[in-house]
Amino acid sequence: MVAIGNSSIFAPLLLSAQLALVTTILLLLIGMPLAWWLSQTRSGFKPVAQAIVAMPIVLPPTVLGFYLLILLGPNGAIGSWWVQLTGNALTFSFSGLVIASCVYSLPFAVQPLQNAFESLPRQTLEFAWTQGASKLDAFFSVAVPMSLRGFVGAAVLSFAHTLGEFGVVLMVGGNIPGETRVISIAIYDSVETLNYGDAHRMSLLLLAFAFAVLLLMYMINRRWSTR
Amino acid sequence: MTGQKVVAGTDTTIALRHVLRRSDFKLDVDVKIPARGITGLFGESGSGKTTLLRCIAGLEAGLTHDRRPVHRRGVGYVFQEPQLFPHLDVLGNIEYGMRRCRAARVDQGQVVDMLGLSGLLDRKPDGLSGGEAQRVAIASVLLRSPRLVLMDEPLASLDQRRKEELLPYLDRLHDELSVPIVYVSHSIDEVSRLCDHLLLIDNGRIVANGELHEVLSRLDLPLLSGSNAGCVVDARPQRFDKAFNLTELAFSGGVLTVPGRYESRDRSVRLRIAAQDVSICLSRPDGTTILNVIEATIDDVRTVGPSSSLVRLAAGEDYLLALITRRSVARLDLKTGDRVFAQVKSVTVRR
Repeated sequence: MVAIGNSSIFAPLLLSAQLALVTTILLLLIGMPLAWWLSQTRSGFKPVAQAIVAMPIVLPPTVLGFYLLILLGPNGAIGSWWVQLTGNALTFSFSGLVIASCVYSLPFAVQPLQNAFESLPRQTLEFAWTQGASKLDAFFSVAVPMSLRGFVGAAVLSFAHTLGEFGVVLMVGGNIPGETRVISIAIYDSVETLNYGDAHRMSLLLLAFAFAVLLLMYMINRRWSTR
Repeated sequence: MTGQKVVAGTDTTIALRHVLRRSDFKLDVDVKIPARGITGLFGESGSGKTTLLRCIAGLEAGLTHDRRPVHRRGVGYVFQEPQLFPHLDVLGNIEYGMRRCRAARVDQGQVVDMLGLSGLLDRKPDGLSGGEAQRVAIASVLLRSPRLVLMDEPLASLDQRRKEELLPYLDRLHDELSVPIVYVSHSIDEVSRLCDHLLLIDNGRIVANGELHEVLSRLDLPLLSGSNAGCVVDARPQRFDKAFNLTELAFSGGVLTVPGRYESRDRSVRLRIAAQDVSICLSRPDGTTILNVIEATIDDVRTVGPSSSLVRLAAGEDYLLALITRRSVARLDLKTGDRVFAQVKSVTVRR
């Protein structure tokens, strides 16, 4: 309770939650068609696409952050276009963080969805088509509801992974209170300034959250698989 | 590469024209089947039965001539393993296709009734037995008002008891609905029971296409020699012998006595008589345990194996087939036109 009342903790926590929520929603929207394509395609390009999607898992966040900084900067390909469109820079802004987070957490959304889509029985989809459903119709009326578990997994992992990101945020967003000062940065900051009290409170909060989320996911998984 | 026209044709026939080339297999089919009743598609495994069905439904990849997507073909498909949607209950499943068809021509209540589903409507598919699930699948397909229904061995995944349970429902479909059905099976028994018309497929080609009785009485089809050889006779129950639990059934060539009680005088029953259960005598046999002796005329004799011959016997307007040894044919000097007696060892009542 003390922790929530404390605005130096509350603001970064709220910002992290916002960032994770927006990123999760965007990632589900982007990940759904991407994962579907990956699960259905026999194209030779599939391994390449899969490798690109999975890269954020193995790359150091600093490498990812460095490229994103260049790309999103006022002179970068995306950044300059954004400046023209909105008049603001993408780097060191909340919007920039959202884009960076989407890249960073992409595999955590795509892989559970792809696994779920790949485990759909092919004939069930074929049955839906012969029952008069177009491919798009069958996707939304059969493939998506049959893959709910994949969606839950994708959402939970994207949210939790975005909440825990540090390196990419530091590179692209810096440490602007209320704009880019997310909880992981705030913890780092507290430690740097020897404010161990806040660092403890925030760390414990994240620790508990991470455990609760993962526990929930595995419990849901177990219920689903024993059914 | 595929060249095909799916379902064209007149009101009374459906034209099936499909060419599909794979590296190790070629399907080349160009036939017309009746636009009513059940057409059996019989062949050995690997002969192209399922591939042909998938072509008709538009499920095979690489269709060049007919690019109509699967969902616009109006062709219903009952898979071997019922493919129900696990997230919908039974009612949701049978309404899925109904909601997506332009004009529902089939009455939901009638189909639900006919397939005995009224007690299952709020159940989820994973709580259904194999036979129940297949009935739900069949109902969903019928209620989508297809112009043609394809059934790919719908009984093959069921054990014998479930099969016997489901068969009467299929009989009712046949009697009560007008939608044409193509029924794939590798069981000549199933085909004999259910179908009116028969297609034989071998190595991607249709080798026979005709009315069931007519195709079954042909002697020139290797697919229908040996244990698959046999003919089908429609007969009417005459008299029930209560003391011995036997029913006399009259057909155009005489009377056949079968175990059990069959009473529907208005409705004929279909009998299958396997060629290997028929033997031939030159005179009426005396002192035999065999109940059924039918006087018949030899219509044709053909050698079908190194030591076996198939004899077609005309009895009234029906045919019987007898699978006997070549030596017997030679010893008794059997030839077309001879009057003989056919001993029928067993008869299976098909419906």
